[in-house]
Amino acid sequence: MVQTPSPKIPQQTQKASSLVPVGPVPDNPGGARVCHLDQHLQRPSMENPQKTEVVLLACGSFNPITNMHLRLFELAKDHMNATGKYRVIKGIISPVGDAYKKKGLISAHHRVVMAQLATKNSGWVEVDTWESLQKEWVETAKVLRQVFRTGSHDAGSRTDLSVCCFHDNIQACHTPVLRLSDSSRHHQEKLEASGGEQRDSPVLERPGRKRKWTEQRSEVSQKKPLEPQRKDVPRVKLLCGADLLESFGVPDLWKREDIANIVGSYGLVCITRAGNDAQRFIYESDVLWRHQANIHLVNEWITNDISSTKIRRALRRSQSIRYLVPDLVQEYIEKHDLYSAESEERNVGVILAPLQRNRAATNSRTTTA
Amino acid sequence: MKSRIPVVLLACGSFNPITNMHLRLFEVARDHLHQTGTYQVIGGIISPVNDNYRKKELVAAHHRVAMVRLALQTSDWIRVDPWESEQAQWTETVKVLRHHHRELLRYLPQEEGRGQGSAVSQAPAAVPELKLLCGADILKTFQTPNLWEDEHIQEIVEKFGLVCVDRVGHDLKRYISDTPILQRYQHNILLVREPVQNEISATYVRRALGHGHSVKYLLPDAVIAYIKDHNLYSSGSSCKGSSTQNNEGKTS
Repeated sequence: MVQTPSPKIPQQTQKASSLVPVGPVPDNPGGARVCHLDQHLQRPSMENPQKTEVVLLACGSFNPITNMHLRLFELAKDHMNATGKYRVIKGIISPVGDAYKKKGLISAHHRVVMAQLATKNSGWVEVDTWESLQKEWVETAKVLRQVFRTGSHDAGSRTDLSVCCFHDNIQACHTPVLRLSDSSRHHQEKLEASGGEQRDSPVLERPGRKRKWTEQRSEVSQKKPLEPQRKDVPRVKLLCGADLLESFGVPDLWKREDIANIVGSYGLVCITRAGNDAQRFIYESDVLWRHQANIHLVNEWITNDISSTKIRRALRRSQSIRYLVPDLVQEYIEKHDLYSAESEERNVGVILAPLQRNRAATNSRTTTA
Repeated sequence: MKSRIPVVLLACGSFNPITNMHLRLFEVARDHLHQTGTYQVIGGIISPVNDNYRKKELVAAHHRVAMVRLALQTSDWIRVDPWESEQAQWTETVKVLRHHHRELLRYLPQEEGRGQGSAVSQAPAAVPELKLLCGADILKTFQTPNLWEDEHIQEIVEKFGLVCVDRVGHDLKRYISDTPILQRYQHNILLVREPVQNEISATYVRRALGHGHSVKYLLPDAVIAYIKDHNLYSSGSSCKGSSTQNNEGKTS
């Protein structure tokens, strides 16, 4: 049976410049286009099996995780679902490993636990610990590529998805690293042999993948099991704020080919208050412009400026952080006395891992030239 | 050591619905008062407005009270008080302040009887001060003609005091200098900075709910569950109240 997509779904999400506002929609169904989308979205996606499943991945320091981080997932999901083209099925938080060497970064163990506490009451967002356990820092693009090509994760692995970056500031860029088991590598080789990319890759392990997703979900997080089989592999998209987008411009923070790979093969869902600035940034970047269809800008209508930096500062000054972070996170921080003037001094004078690596690479290229 | 003045913070408003921003006001105000060294905040009260305020989209008071109660389940110092919402008609803020101040005096802990056997008799517990907690937008409404009675503004700032939390787009100091009554009693108006801009308006929350969008992490989960269970703020639900009347400004 042929399912035709709803004729009323506007094409505006094809352009990076389109902002689908999470805002007022007229009551009259014959009114604005966005109204139609909303109404369609109220129905289960079974009606439109052509929707692409999406997993939103966020990477970041999460030092600590805040209500703002969590809010971005909600905004992104509402936006992507509202396009009528996507169905967001999962959100993953992947805290960076200690090897990232960011100033004030406390132990990954605590950051992971706090993220887990924060997502305890979420039906769709969970935490992946693999990156946090790695000894070395790994580029986001490499991880994204490997994650996708490995297909399903293996037993014990939490996710096979790439990561999105949340950043408190421009320096906070990193990539999650996924664990590659032997069988994952096998899958990867097969995929590479067949010349597959994310879009065209033959879906080798679809049924198995779904089973694993479901098993993993129910055994690990006890969240609701996934709905019945879909034909397409879920797409992984990087969830981020505008600061990550603009961090692409920071010298030596990203490899140029990585940026192209991330926006070309995966895509960004970028939450921003200043949509015009983000649009301009995309316009001024050739690589972003080329892949603008893969960059979804989501407008955040209300200012929600709960940065981890401010949380840490408030804690140093014995000020309340209640209602800025989930209660469980606040209690955990208090119980373990996590943030102090001393913790803020960690990694002072140490160069951020990506900067160190990329500059070293640049230097070796120039000296051997 | 000079003992601190005990303070109770009272917030009046629609709380339609209560959000994390409302709750934040209390936390930020308490921190500030403690930091001055002068005050000791001993309690907080949220007083949802009466249905007869007739603000647009105002859902029934018993729902708004219930939601505040749920939001405060995890707070050990703030409570909801339905007195205002249970009155037969809308009650001016100054009257709400007077009522709660009377109640505070009534339930003062008795200090006599203790200290037996000690050389120095204990002083009676200091009378707590009841202060109106509000956002900067409320202070601005004092300037609106006919919105507040002048005598009421005076009584509020002179007899009780204001704790006013900064908000984006508002200039608290200017509001005070622009309003003679406020300027006269500015020593009784405590201005609190909130470095974390948190513009979660209840209006935004209502709209988002109306469109089926997520409001998770903007208000407590228990309140969201209540809203869903009772089908409040959905696009089809009916709302009480007509357009805003010419009454005292209330936070949304």
